[in-house]
Amino acid sequence: MSEVAVGTAFTTAESAAIRGDFAILSRTVRGGKPLVYLDSGATSQKPRQMLDAERAFYEQHNAAVHRGAHQLAEEATDAYEGARETIARFIGAQAQEVVFTKNATEALNLVAYTFSNAAAAGAMDGVDPALAARFALGVGDEIVVTEMEHHSNLVPWQELARRTGATLRWIGVTDDGRLDLADLDTVITDRTKVVAFTHVSNVLGTINPVAVIVDRARAVGALTVLDACQSVPHLAVDVVDLGVDFVAFSGHKMFGPLGIGVLWGRYELLKAMPPFLTGGSMIEVVRMEATTYADPPQRFEAGVPMAAQAVGLAAACDYLTALGMARVTAHEHALTEALLDGLAQRPWVRVIGPVDGKDRSGAVAFVVDGIHPHDVGQILDDAGVAVRVGHHCAWPLHRRMNVTATTRASFAAYNTVADVDALLTALDRVPVVFGTVI
Amino acid sequence: MDLYQEIILEHSKRPLHAGLREPFNAQVHHVNPTCGDEVTLRVQVSGEGPSAAIADVSYDATGCSISTAATSVLADEVIGHSVKEALSTFVAMRKMLTSKGTDPGDEEEIGDGVAFAGVSKYPARVKCALLGWMAFTDALTQAGVDISATSASSSAPSASGNTNADTTISDTTISEDIFTSSTIPSNIMEDS
Repeated sequence: MSEVAVGTAFTTAESAAIRGDFAILSRTVRGGKPLVYLDSGATSQKPRQMLDAERAFYEQHNAAVHRGAHQLAEEATDAYEGARETIARFIGAQAQEVVFTKNATEALNLVAYTFSNAAAAGAMDGVDPALAARFALGVGDEIVVTEMEHHSNLVPWQELARRTGATLRWIGVTDDGRLDLADLDTVITDRTKVVAFTHVSNVLGTINPVAVIVDRARAVGALTVLDACQSVPHLAVDVVDLGVDFVAFSGHKMFGPLGIGVLWGRYELLKAMPPFLTGGSMIEVVRMEATTYADPPQRFEAGVPMAAQAVGLAAACDYLTALGMARVTAHEHALTEALLDGLAQRPWVRVIGPVDGKDRSGAVAFVVDGIHPHDVGQILDDAGVAVRVGHHCAWPLHRRMNVTATTRASFAAYNTVADVDALLTALDRVPVVFGTVI
Repeated sequence: MDLYQEIILEHSKRPLHAGLREPFNAQVHHVNPTCGDEVTLRVQVSGEGPSAAIADVSYDATGCSISTAATSVLADEVIGHSVKEALSTFVAMRKMLTSKGTDPGDEEEIGDGVAFAGVSKYPARVKCALLGWMAFTDALTQAGVDISATSASSSAPSASGNTNADTTISDTTISEDIFTSSTIPSNIMEDS
């Protein structure tokens, strides 16, 4: 995969320095045990540099952006728009194509609602008819997702299908946790108007072949929406190279603050789209009778925006850039292989997803024979090891893999081989506590 | 850790009264959306009014050791007891489970249920222990039993059975509002 750039894992000294930036990693849990944080797929911890950037914004520049003519308003606006440029650069985009949302879920809903909002009278006035037609969705049209989607990239499309009468179809998943592309040409057809899929599975860790799906979608004229929540924090992502039309990701999974997500879209598409949420900031001219709207990205940013979070997210991008995304990828890859090796030595553990490191990211889900994931997670937690248990907001995927729930460990740049060892050591207590045979 | 008492492990390995049996007045299906655990539970009530009793509780459950053991203890504690006693056991269990470790439970009242006292220190697991109980009280309602006395905010008189209700079958996913009358902390849901 082109996404996996060449790099080297962090040295012990580098890892120690990185961990020093994350104060929370030095705390203890459950009666004095050192925290072993392996739940970054749910949310990452935050480096001091990001927190400092947010604090500096509030302490020195805080004002409502894009409003007022006083000096603080200018500084806050500069900080907000500067953050947009930094974040755009981080994903290889133009700043005007980056829309801030409250999270990735809202970003995906923004795109999904475009299709039904576009059907309203006058919504696409002035838009090139050929472009407007790409957002027209109704009975006979089809929406394609995959069976490995997080609920946030599934439910909005189910709802869109319900609102418009379009049909939802999906690309299946193989037993080893890859997309089943054998019948891609029969799932994505001339009836397909939009294909929404994840770059990296939040459960399986699978890195999907974006180019293969994009090629097929383009051939039939369908728009493509990529859920990049689990890729942007871990792989160098260039939205132009990916060739998709929209990309959504969240700030909090990539060392950024809670409360901010990003929608990237091709500018000509954003320019053609009707607004999603409406109100202040997103207008051009407002009269009692009717309103015209600002150009993107402001058109999609109603209300006083989350400037401090944007500044924090930009600092997180700078932090990742300084680490080097190729090295982050290589480091996490080494941890993933170490964990997969360790799990393979335990015949009572079964990995759900690819069992080797090829085209795979650092989310590793597994089940322990005869023991429910909640019980596994509880024993790990007792040793200070924080993992996620449950269906990880991907219930249909779990059903497909014939499991009710899984235990998931997921890595970020601050993890080390010692964390993997701590997980494996704690895991060995599980069959002992529950009296199952090793 | 004090969560996995031997008695819980024993109940989870060999759950009592498991399996779906007839006859039954009502059948319910409850799901914990956090983890996908589910239980199908049937209840058979005999007698009416103050003499109403739990003739049988049968169930088919998929879940963690806590939820499996809790449902096993539930069945064992309520079968053959009056509806009134069963509901007071439920209230006592719920009180202990939502006490955040301050209520050790009364063995006289809840029997093996006291083994679950440790669960109350783990907010994420309280719902596991209550899955079967929520299904049970829902099934009683479906069977026509007035369970308003178990509502923390209610001063309704003691429960009475009504076996005149036709057999009912329902399907429920646990949502936060089911717990509104109890003191379960609001943070027990994982994101889903």
